[in-house]
Amino acid sequence: MIQTEATLPAIRRNGLELDVERIRADFPILQRQIRGKPLVYLDNAATSQKPLAVLDAMERYYRETNANVHRGVHTLSEEATAQYEAARGKVAAFIGACCPKEVIWTRNATEALNLVAYSWGRANIKRGDRILLTEMEHHSNLVPWQILAAESGAELDFVPMTDDGLLRLDHLDRLLTPRTKLFAFTAASNVLGTLNPVKEMTAAAHKAGALVLVDACQAVPHMPVDVQDLDIDFMAFSGHKMLGPTSIGVLWGRRELLNAMPPFMGGGDMIREVHLRESRWNELPWKFEAGTPAIAEAIGLGAAVDYLQEVGMDAVHAVERELTGYAYERMAPIEGLKILGPGPEKRGGLISFVLGGAHPHDIAAALDSMGIAIRAGHHCAQPLHECYGIPASARASFYLYNTKAEVDALIAGLQKIAEYFGV
Amino acid sequence: MDLYAEEILDHYKNPRHFGHLEHPTLTYHDSNPFCGDEITLELKIEDNKIVDAAFSGHGCAISRAAASMMIDEIIGKPLSELKEWTKDEILDLLGIEVGPVRMKCALLPLKAMKVAVWGLADETEER
Repeated sequence: MIQTEATLPAIRRNGLELDVERIRADFPILQRQIRGKPLVYLDNAATSQKPLAVLDAMERYYRETNANVHRGVHTLSEEATAQYEAARGKVAAFIGACCPKEVIWTRNATEALNLVAYSWGRANIKRGDRILLTEMEHHSNLVPWQILAAESGAELDFVPMTDDGLLRLDHLDRLLTPRTKLFAFTAASNVLGTLNPVKEMTAAAHKAGALVLVDACQAVPHMPVDVQDLDIDFMAFSGHKMLGPTSIGVLWGRRELLNAMPPFMGGGDMIREVHLRESRWNELPWKFEAGTPAIAEAIGLGAAVDYLQEVGMDAVHAVERELTGYAYERMAPIEGLKILGPGPEKRGGLISFVLGGAHPHDIAAALDSMGIAIRAGHHCAQPLHECYGIPASARASFYLYNTKAEVDALIAGLQKIAEYFGV
Repeated sequence: MDLYAEEILDHYKNPRHFGHLEHPTLTYHDSNPFCGDEITLELKIEDNKIVDAAFSGHGCAISRAAASMMIDEIIGKPLSELKEWTKDEILDLLGIEVGPVRMKCALLPLKAMKVAVWGLADETEER
């Protein structure tokens, strides 16, 4: 992940500063007008926009190489397989995996989390076992465990939160019981923006004998992540939040764990031998990849990883921190506006808020009329909103192509809304 | 921000019939999981007519204005007529263009009212 000065691309001016105008030129959608205004896209935590490099890679695949992978002996199939597996290698290197076989392609992060719940969970979780989660989880890292708990008779525990959106890690000793088999938590909250101390939480879990699954959907796209350095056991993330296409996600797992797990879905590609009454499974990673996979999407994600590597994840993180700090400082004084979660130094590139009497949906609709795209609702984290006693919130989330001028547009819009709704 | 006509904002900020009835005949609660909007509709029914109504809960400007305007309209109307209401009656009341995303907000009060008058809601016990 670390680049030498010699390979630094022109989009890095000096140090961590990015040439944002050059980056913006790589994203055709950013030229769009929305309701007669230039698009200000601040819904990156929901999905990111895609650079030309990704669009081109996918189109080139369909124009020049399209074939099924791992099957044909013809040239196209060989080329498609090579590109598809090369993308896996890029992702593996990007997250510091020991080898490509630890990278399992899934449809999205939700499927990756479900894969662990269904495959590892069914084989390892018994009545009376405990699974530790947190109160800030996205529904995708909550509902699969509810289903598993109901099936197996296991119990769920939750790390509580402070009022300013930090996890109460002082409760870990109590919550990591001898029966706790898994600690599954988000690296970065998609609502509060909180960056959780993954390493510290992992060490505590391991000390108690539990495995660690990290939902890294809001981390991998935004900062350097190294699974070996973090010493975690499983990690899930999605491609579409990191400049890649939809319908491709990743489960990374330690290979000895993945090897010991039963398959998730049965079908073609995941088998070595099939007889009428029994089969033998393929080796990693294909054991978990039944059926024709999302080939173009994997290749597209590979191109997205190349793009992010070229920019440098430390630079992406730095630009987001700067934008978030700037937005935080300018939003906080708006009358009636309340920011959820911790101060800017402990958060990633997003800010969720409520604004007096204006419902989040009305805020989002009003901003949309000014060309500004944000998210409104419970962001698939209903329990978290219940904790704070609010039905919904509005969220602005940033990425490497956003600018301070766009933050200024957001602020001007919010001031207008505050006035209009008389908050 | 022409999405919000003056009248809608007025109903949002000063909703009519917001609160509870003394002895409602029917109470129906509904929600929109997409945005977390919630409405509780209380109806007082005599001789198959709505004689009074109230709503409570929380929602966006569109859903709140729709509830407030709808209740203004349904008081005094026979159940037989209200059973025939469609989304057109609500959209006429709102008098604005409602896109597909906000349609659920606009129609939440109607959904609650229709379920209630078709007799699917529990009859409220004396409180």
